[in-house]
Amino acid sequence: MPVPDTSFFQSHYIPNTPSQQQEMLDAIGVNSIDDLFSDIPAKHRHPTLDIPHPMSEIDLKFQLMALGLKNSNLEQNACFLGAGAYNHFSPSIVKPILTRGEFLTSYTPYQAEASQGTLQVAYEFQSLISNLMDMDVANDGMYDGATSFAEAALMACRVTKRDEIYVLDTINPVYREVIETYALPQKLKIYTLPAKNPILPATAACLLVQYPNFHGNIEDLALYKRQTEDAGALLVVSADPIAMGMLKPPGEFGADIVTGEGQGLGVPISYGGPYVGLFCTRKKFVRQMPGRIVGRTNDSEGKTGYVLTLQTREQHIRRERATSNICTSQALLALAATITMAAVGKTGFRQLSELNYHKAHYAASLIEKLPGFSLPLEGEFFNEFVVKCPTNPSTINKRLLANEIIGGLDISSSMPDCMLIAVTEMNTEPQITALVTTLAEFGS
Amino acid sequence: MNNIHAFQRKLLMERSVPGRIGSILPDLDVPKQNLPRPELLRDNLDFPELSEPEIVRYFTNLSRLNFSIDTNFYPLGSCTMKYNPKINDEIAFSPGYAGLHPNQPIDEVQGALTILYRLQGYLREITGMSGVSLAPLAGAQGELAGVLMMRRYLMDNGQEQRLKMLIPDSAHGTNPASAKMAGFNVVSVPTDDSGNTNLEALRAEATNDLAGIMITLPSTLGLFDKNIVEICNIIHQAGGLVYADGANMNALLGQVKIGDLGFDVMHLNLHKTFSTPHGGGGPGAGPVAVKSILEPYLPAPIIGLNQEPNEKHYYLESPNKSIGKLAAFHGNFGVLVRAYVYIRSLGDYGLKQISENAVLNANYIKEKLKGYYNLPFDRNCMHEVVFSATKHKDKGVNGLSISKRLLDYGFHAPTMYFPLTVDEALLIEPTETESKETLDLFIETMKSIDQEAQSQPDLVHDAPHNTPIRRLDEAKAAREPDLRWSRPEEP
Repeated sequence: MPVPDTSFFQSHYIPNTPSQQQEMLDAIGVNSIDDLFSDIPAKHRHPTLDIPHPMSEIDLKFQLMALGLKNSNLEQNACFLGAGAYNHFSPSIVKPILTRGEFLTSYTPYQAEASQGTLQVAYEFQSLISNLMDMDVANDGMYDGATSFAEAALMACRVTKRDEIYVLDTINPVYREVIETYALPQKLKIYTLPAKNPILPATAACLLVQYPNFHGNIEDLALYKRQTEDAGALLVVSADPIAMGMLKPPGEFGADIVTGEGQGLGVPISYGGPYVGLFCTRKKFVRQMPGRIVGRTNDSEGKTGYVLTLQTREQHIRRERATSNICTSQALLALAATITMAAVGKTGFRQLSELNYHKAHYAASLIEKLPGFSLPLEGEFFNEFVVKCPTNPSTINKRLLANEIIGGLDISSSMPDCMLIAVTEMNTEPQITALVTTLAEFGS
Repeated sequence: MNNIHAFQRKLLMERSVPGRIGSILPDLDVPKQNLPRPELLRDNLDFPELSEPEIVRYFTNLSRLNFSIDTNFYPLGSCTMKYNPKINDEIAFSPGYAGLHPNQPIDEVQGALTILYRLQGYLREITGMSGVSLAPLAGAQGELAGVLMMRRYLMDNGQEQRLKMLIPDSAHGTNPASAKMAGFNVVSVPTDDSGNTNLEALRAEATNDLAGIMITLPSTLGLFDKNIVEICNIIHQAGGLVYADGANMNALLGQVKIGDLGFDVMHLNLHKTFSTPHGGGGPGAGPVAVKSILEPYLPAPIIGLNQEPNEKHYYLESPNKSIGKLAAFHGNFGVLVRAYVYIRSLGDYGLKQISENAVLNANYIKEKLKGYYNLPFDRNCMHEVVFSATKHKDKGVNGLSISKRLLDYGFHAPTMYFPLTVDEALLIEPTETESKETLDLFIETMKSIDQEAQSQPDLVHDAPHNTPIRRLDEAKAAREPDLRWSRPEEP
């Protein structure tokens, strides 16, 4: 590859030419740009930088598109993989709106008069998420479903002034790890309870429940609400937003804090991020909430407008006494979710949810009949279920991939020979048939 | 007169008309299954009913109420609002990257892991550190990861009594908030008259309960602390560790390696220095970089490489003493891809030109405006310059008014009232992607506002006048929180 001559290189992202730079140096009254860096100790200046030379847009695109082809993506393959991220419908209108520079390249809306677009979208997001979960208020978004759940546990400890976090054994094990990362350094204690018959002590700050749970089952929120109430603890629920199209929302059961992973609401699956965490609570706890919150008010002429509000909870005002160190709201992904909720709409959302349900149950009913396969867990489920296989799930998944099918998550480390299969509205009947046919090859 | 503006701003639920639909979903193509018990089902979902064209027009019109980098000069200090290259988005949104499930077996995503592995290497090289984790989802989470690693390292070395974290008074609020979340006690360190850390105060705090210090370099005053190597020595001699907040790394790209100066751990803001779009407040990414002593504590996952005879094989691993997982998956992949594309596009020469031009542009503004606005630290600045808008306070014109008046002229405001240590602070960061012509127009505008403040103070005091909305009643918003749409009560 020819080496570019550095003395002539000018990045296409930098407008000022060498002669303009010289004019500016003259105006400042220094001889060279180097003089501006004189506060840096001389012995550490001008380090070698072992980074490849600049690349043209054509070469770069060519190289990266080729590298992208090394991946097996969800456009070319049927996907039955879930466990926290799902292949859901994202309306065609999402990307064109998301990539409008006015949304994409703006900052956190500190200057409300110059950010009404972002602020009004945030208010819409808060409104629709509150409706979806049937809660009083939602914030403008957290990093992802796992961190949102962890922050909810911390908030429950602040609200109750207790330090014991109880977690059902049916939550996503990775979420459990993230809760530990956040809670243990703050000297909070975490205990696991069996979902079947949890006994919650009167010292508990909260009980954390996933709805549907990691294995896809619909947890009995009414039971957990009674137990948390008896213990004077908060019920914290991480709910799948797509399931809320048909399932009774956590708010109706009296949940105190509701979180969730917003990726299913039209956010690209993108190998795990960026996503948006959902976070709702009751009105009386709003001043203990982490994250950005947008409120409606009016301007000096009486016109309605929106601002960041209740900022005295936040790090840029309260510093070490803030409710959290978070300053991101994942606003762009909250925008994607808002557009998706608007486009799918009232009747569509129920329909979307039921498509997941019926397709998943159909697939489960066929797999259950295959020799050597079984569904080891009892109870109602939504769009995800555990399958016990006649052999190692990773072997099965390799065969599936050869048939352009991405199989379920291998969970054999916790349940021998089991995989967790998710079916969504994106899976067609032929895809389900192909999955079942390939699985049948393993039946004894 | 019609009221098109009010019409454009009606909320989704206020626009809803029963019977409209915004997307057609497929018919059920499998046999209908038994529904769960009725007590598990919801009765009603209060969602809007709208057609596709009105949704598109609604959001498009909302977008036009925003200032953005694509439409405006956005000199927001400490936020590095530089141009966000479009090729970065194009690659990140392509199916080969955007269409990957995070739980796919690693054999299926070798292309994605190749990018992450190389990005780890580039960031190690840029920072002069020996290990990098791309896991943190934002700058503040990178800080949390960094201080958690410090805590665990100290505990493993029998130093659990070291709980005092020093933080300069000019620091971002996330620093003390993150330190607190990691279980540290925060002690503030003052800045001296020339804008450097007060060494006397620092030495006085260098006791045997010292955990370390978190320093933003260059500082949020836009200054490179001349005593930085000595600060690192003082902390190390007292048994503490030194953290660098890399929020202002745009000033230093290719000019100096943070690791060479003595720092043990740092985070980078890819959404600042490495050009990924802010999206109105996220997503970001905040990778952490560490010296070898802290490598075993890095947050999971790290991307590893098996060099086999015929092919390379990348894999995900958790370091043996890892502080654990920070999120459900592997970091903000879409943001990481954009940063990778940016680094490859600029290359070694380009990265150095970034910092050179960022610093040049800031010094040019400083020089041109210093006779018009008070300059608390009259020395070479780095990528940003802090002024103090105290000159016209007697006329009722303060930093807030000047900021709002800039909006009238089509420029986004600087960061105002930050750092907290400068009275009426206006922190201006032009970045390298602005032309001299834009900077000159901004400078002229700032001079005009200075004139206006003398001759027509009310004009500035009551600004903005030309924005879609005038100054908003923030006190009311906080006193009577209205945080969501609610269905009006039936009469």
